Amino acid sequence: MDMNLKLKIWRQNGANDQGKMVDYSLSDVSPDMSFLEMLDVLNEQIINEGGEPIAFDHDCREGICGMCSLYINGEAHGPDRGITTCQLHMRKFKDGDTIYIEPFRAKAFPVIKDLVVDRTAFDRIQHQGGFISVNTSGNTQDANSLPISKHAADEAMDAATCIGCGACVATCKNSSAMLFVGAKVSQYALLPQGQVEAADRVRNMVAQMDAEGFGNCTNTGACEVECPKGISLDNIARMNREFFKANI
Amino acid sequence: MSGVLSSSIGRKVAMAASAFFLMFFLLQHFVINLTSIFSADAFNELSHFMGTNPAVQFALQPVLIFGVVFHFVMGFVLELRNKQASVKYVKNNGAANSTWVSRNMIYSGLAILAFIVLHFIDFWFPEINHKYIANLPEDPSRYYGELVHKFHSPVRTGAYVAAFAFLALHLLHGFKSAFQSSGMSAKRAAKLETVSKIYAIGIPVGFIIIALFHHFNQH
Repeated sequence: MDMNLKLKIWRQNGANDQGKMVDYSLSDVSPDMSFLEMLDVLNEQIINEGGEPIAFDHDCREGICGMCSLYINGEAHGPDRGITTCQLHMRKFKDGDTIYIEPFRAKAFPVIKDLVVDRTAFDRIQHQGGFISVNTSGNTQDANSLPISKHAADEAMDAATCIGCGACVATCKNSSAMLFVGAKVSQYALLPQGQVEAADRVRNMVAQMDAEGFGNCTNTGACEVECPKGISLDNIARMNREFFKANI
Repeated sequence: MSGVLSSSIGRKVAMAASAFFLMFFLLQHFVINLTSIFSADAFNELSHFMGTNPAVQFALQPVLIFGVVFHFVMGFVLELRNKQASVKYVKNNGAANSTWVSRNMIYSGLAILAFIVLHFIDFWFPEINHKYIANLPEDPSRYYGELVHKFHSPVRTGAYVAAFAFLALHLLHGFKSAFQSSGMSAKRAAKLETVSKIYAIGIPVGFIIIALFHHFNQH
């Protein structure tokens, strides 16, 4: 059955604008729509009424790219678990519901417009060591020739599934980026290819994380719960161990 | 090394280290207080030792006071920095993904700080005055009487009981959190869940029993 919804959506015209919640009504919403399709329909309605459409981030709409964000009814990526906003469907809501839609909020994620936030702080952290330096001149060692335990390979893969969407920061009461940085440090710390630059990587990435103004982790565990890829808190503990190993 | 201590991870581990120290102190304080239920003499003997032994007085006591002050100051510093890093939501459903105690450590901590001020006024300042300012003659049998006298007042007993309830809330998150901050994996930390609950609930409940025992057992 199609639904009629009340929407309270954050509108903000640029980083320096104060911004406010604006009320919208949307009728005949199919429960089979994705959340972003619902916003597409709302934008068509706004454009037809001569208004400015709501800006929001999206790209692959398959839960892979990490581009979509949104804080829906008080939760990053909405009320479902293990999904991004683009994988959230309107069947999770009921006819007559009021839905609050806000951008991911953190000082390090300034609003660009409406629901779009600047998450390039994550890119700058990655630039400080979220990679391995490999000589690709043609005589690169075959990765399969390096023995790696199944357990380490699995844990590294799990860490590498982080799509850098920023839900961890958005949901953390301290706006901490430690789950993201922990995952990026861990995916290399667990593998032989990551050992050569391990100390510099963790030192530099943590320094950049601090410089970007993210808060400090207090182990509430909210990030792990809201992470669309289920990145474990273990990665934060591993980052802490790597950090001390690099500095002692 | 100064760079490590000023980093976010360094501060977090320093906070955990001071928490470990305070949890160890709390355990030994509890064990000594517990003897007051069973034997006035044993309590007097242990208190006299703690109150007069030079190693305890001039080495452990300053370290303890530093540990308490450090934990509170670092707690406030981290809270302020975290507030500066975050932006409030119009609607936030914190209960969907985390416990109330984990999100409100600052408030349980503030309640414990208020209790420590009361505790210092009740016991520590009079003790320092007795020994080092008024230079009163040492009486190894005075401790039990002083303890029982303090729990005569229902208001003070009530304040202690309330403070221990906040201590339990603080420890319910703080015990596990200290292990995780110092690098213990979540899986190993989960194995500590039972120990964590026993400590976090058992010690404060024990302190409450001691306070109520002396309140209702006035001679």
